[in-house]
This record gives sequence, structure tokens and C-alpha cells, in this order.
Amino acid sequence: MRATGVDAITIEALSKQYPSRGGAVTALDRISFQVTEGEFVAVVGPSGCGKSTLLKILAGLLPTSSGEARLRGTPIAGPRRDIGVVFQSPVLFPWRSVLDNVLLPVDVQRLGRDRYEKVAMDLLTLVGLNGFEHRYPWELSGGMQQRVAITRALVHDPAMLLMDEPFGALDAMTREHMNLELQRIWLEKKKTILFITHSIPEAVFLGDRVLVMTPRPGRILEDVFVDLPRPRSLEVMNTPEFGRYAREIRGHFSVQGGLDG
Amino acid sequence: MTSTRNVALSVLLLAVSLAAWEAIVRAFDVPIFILPPPSKVAVALYRGLASGVYLSHLKVTLLETILGFVAGSALGLLLGTAVAMNRYVDYFLYPYIVMFQSLPKVALAPLIVIWFGLGLSSKVINAALVAFFPLLVNTMVGLRSADEDRISLMRSLAASDGQIFWMLRLPNALPFVMAGLDIAMIFALIGAIVAEFVGATSGLGMLIQSMNFTMDVSGQFSVLLILSIVGLLLNRAILLVRRRVLFWDPSEKSAVETADVETPATRRVPARVATKESTT
Repeated sequence: MRATGVDAITIEALSKQYPSRGGAVTALDRISFQVTEGEFVAVVGPSGCGKSTLLKILAGLLPTSSGEARLRGTPIAGPRRDIGVVFQSPVLFPWRSVLDNVLLPVDVQRLGRDRYEKVAMDLLTLVGLNGFEHRYPWELSGGMQQRVAITRALVHDPAMLLMDEPFGALDAMTREHMNLELQRIWLEKKKTILFITHSIPEAVFLGDRVLVMTPRPGRILEDVFVDLPRPRSLEVMNTPEFGRYAREIRGHFSVQGGLDG
Repeated sequence: MTSTRNVALSVLLLAVSLAAWEAIVRAFDVPIFILPPPSKVAVALYRGLASGVYLSHLKVTLLETILGFVAGSALGLLLGTAVAMNRYVDYFLYPYIVMFQSLPKVALAPLIVIWFGLGLSSKVINAALVAFFPLLVNTMVGLRSADEDRISLMRSLAASDGQIFWMLRLPNALPFVMAGLDIAMIFALIGAIVAEFVGATSGLGMLIQSMNFTMDVSGQFSVLLILSIVGLLLNRAILLVRRRVLFWDPSEKSAVETADVETPATRRVPARVATKESTT
């Protein structure tokens, strides 16, 4: 049972140190934030700011050093079934067809293929891959492969999606298109999404909020609410409001540099 | 390589080489017990085949080879899995496996024949012992080469270690395993022939040995020809299976002809083949 008012993600004074030669390296330094159910939160920062570490902790792939991380009220203790993860590369299994790749979570969690095959087909239609279910990953373009990965993350109907620079490897045109698609999927499915990126326009375009992170040690510098109407079209990027948000965020990095977009 | 022009060219090349061989042997009057002309080899081949002698020996050698291949591969697959998945097995057992492998297996054949007799079992055991190592190494490397991102994905889905093994590591190891099978098949044939040299009542290796005693060099050439054709066919059979099983593997789609050596694991093994064949 889900108590109302419980945040989807609660992070309190979370720190993560990695041991290394010459002492521990602090990847995350006492970060705190909340994400409410159904919210789309983008995390933006240059490489090395600990954003991928944050995602791995939320996915239950890494333990925390100190502080608290809770998903829907319960502390994270290892991987859990109510989240879907999308990585930077599609991470598809070449020996599985598109449909079988999408059904991987169903196989792993023994949810029963009979029931979920229909779900998978509907999702494939939603992401525009209707008719590709019996193809193999190597037959698809990079953008299509990443759509398969997103479908796979959605198939077991998780409450939350964690996305780690999912469009980072795509060309600019495909990337913009995928941003639109993701917004459409999110508006339809109303999942909580934590979306990690190093592109400021992508973060502003997609996020209800943008968390700005800085490296060494990884900290959250600012929490920007993006008050742009939905659904957003690509034209929104040319508006003064969009420019103001982007400028505000970029201002935090002008000293450090090294951020694209 | 499959255009008719290339086929015609390669047939022509073969015919010219054989003709040159025939001409040189006749021109220089080379004794038949040193180097027989191809025509004499062809006659020997025809006699051996027509009388059914070669076929009966071939059946024996083929059975030894295939049984040895199956047993050796199964052993290699199991031990390779154990070494890859269990660090205690890796730590305590693997050094002995490597020591055993460094031993020229040919030198073991006389012992094995003493222990297991002149019949089928000593040949199968020798073939299996020679065949198992490429499977062991390739299985090990294949199981350990699973991509970190894919493991992370499986873990993020709360997959158990068993599920990660069956759904990810094992299929991921298949290209390596198939490359190992490729080598193991030929190794098994070598192992069976070597054991037949040492002591046997039938088989193509025994046939070569007895022809050697009677200085029937043409006969030996004809049996060698059969052996190389058998080796080729066995190898093709494995490639056929491989193409079926690994339809998804990029190496299978591009390099069909040169499919023998493309993984680092298989490169490590042929170095051992060389030592083995030089002692044979």
C-alpha cells in the first residue's frame, strides 16, 4: 500500500567515498533532495560530478558510505523490482530478439510471459517499434536500440525510471527526437523519472526540475524548477524563458567549463 | 571466393601442382619408397577404398575421435565452468591443470595403452585428454568476458547469480566455446591417431604404421589424404553447427571463411598445437 505524500525518492545527507591509492575519493558529499511521485527530475553536471554514482546507488548497485537513500519510504538495500534502469548504451543481448530483450525483466522476475507479451507489444507500439519485435538488436539503429532499452525498463511496470545519459551516444538529431518521444512516454505513463545528463538543454527541455551538480566532491549546487508548459515542443528551446533557465544553469559551470550544449 | 572463375582457378592450380609432382618424380627417377608419384597414390587409394579396408579402419578411427571429442569437450566445459565461477577451484586446481597441459600428451599415450589396452578405450581416453584443454581455456575466458554493463543490468533487475549465469554468462561464452570445439575436434583426431601408433589392432593410424613397416609409401600417402579430408569434414561440421548457434555473433556474419581464429582465447591455444604436432 502506498501512503500518500510519501516521496518517490528521498536522499538525506548521502555521501559516497571510493577507496583509492592515496586515500578515499569523495564522489558524493552530503547531498540531499526529494523527488515526488510522477515527477521528472533531470540531474545535470560535468563528468566526474558523481551523477552516475548517484544513479548506481538508487539502482541498488552500490552501497552508500553514509546518509540515507529511500525509495518510496523504504531504505535501499540492493536492487529492487519497482524500478527500471536505462543505461548510456542500450545493453541489449544480441542472442535475444527485440521482443525477448524487452521481456528480460519478465524472465528474470518470473512474472509469466503469457501475461506480459501483450504488454511488451503495446509498449513497442508506444515507442514506435511496431513490427520490429522479431528483429535482432544488430539490425536496428542506435536510436531504435535505445528505444528497446526504454521499453525493457518499462515492461514490468516499475514506479520509477532511472536513466543514465540514455541519449548521450546518439547524434544530435536523433537525440532531440528521442527527447520528444521520452516526454510523450512520460506524459502517457506518468512514471517518476530521474534522468542524468550532461546536456543543459536536454535537462531543461525534459525536467520538471533540474538538479545542478558540481564535481570533486559531488554536490548539488542548485535545484531549478522549470516552469514551462507541457507538452513541450522543440520550439520551446528558442523561447527567452528556456534561454534564461539554460543561462542560469550554465552560470554554475562557467568557472569549471567542460560541459557541452 | 565462390565465383566460378575462382573455383576453376583453384582446380587448375591443383592440376598443375599434381602434374609437376608427377613429372619431377619421373624425370629424376625418385624411388617409389621415398616419394611416390600422384598416380601411384591414386591407385593405392582406389585399391584401399574398393577393397573396403580403408573404410573399416576409417570407421574405427572416426568412432574413437568422436567419442574422445565428446568426452574431452564435456570435461573441458565442466572444468572451465568450475574454474571460471569458483575462485577456490581456480586457486587450488587450475595450476595442476596447466601443469598437466604443459606435459606432452603424446608421451602419455604409451602409458594409456598399457593401462587401457589395445582396444577402443585407450584411443578414446587419449583423444579426450588432448581435446579437453582448448574447451577448458575458452570456456573460462568466455564466461569471464561478460560485459560489465550487462552484469549491472541483470543485477539492477534483482537477478540471482544463477540467472546471470544462464541468461548472460553462458550465451556470452558461446562464441568462445564454439571456437574451442573447432580446435578440440582436430585435436581429438590427432589424439586418436597417436594412440593408434602406439598400439592398436585397427584404425587409420595403425594402418599407416603397418604400411610403414612394409615400405608402402604410396599407401601411406593415400591414408594421409583420407585423414586430411576427414579432418576437413569434421571441421566443416563444427562450422555448420557454429553458424546455426551463433547467428547473432558479429564474427559469424563477416568472417565465415576465416572463422577459426578470431578470439584471443583461440590464439593462445594453437601455440600448444605446434608443440604437440612436432612431437607427434
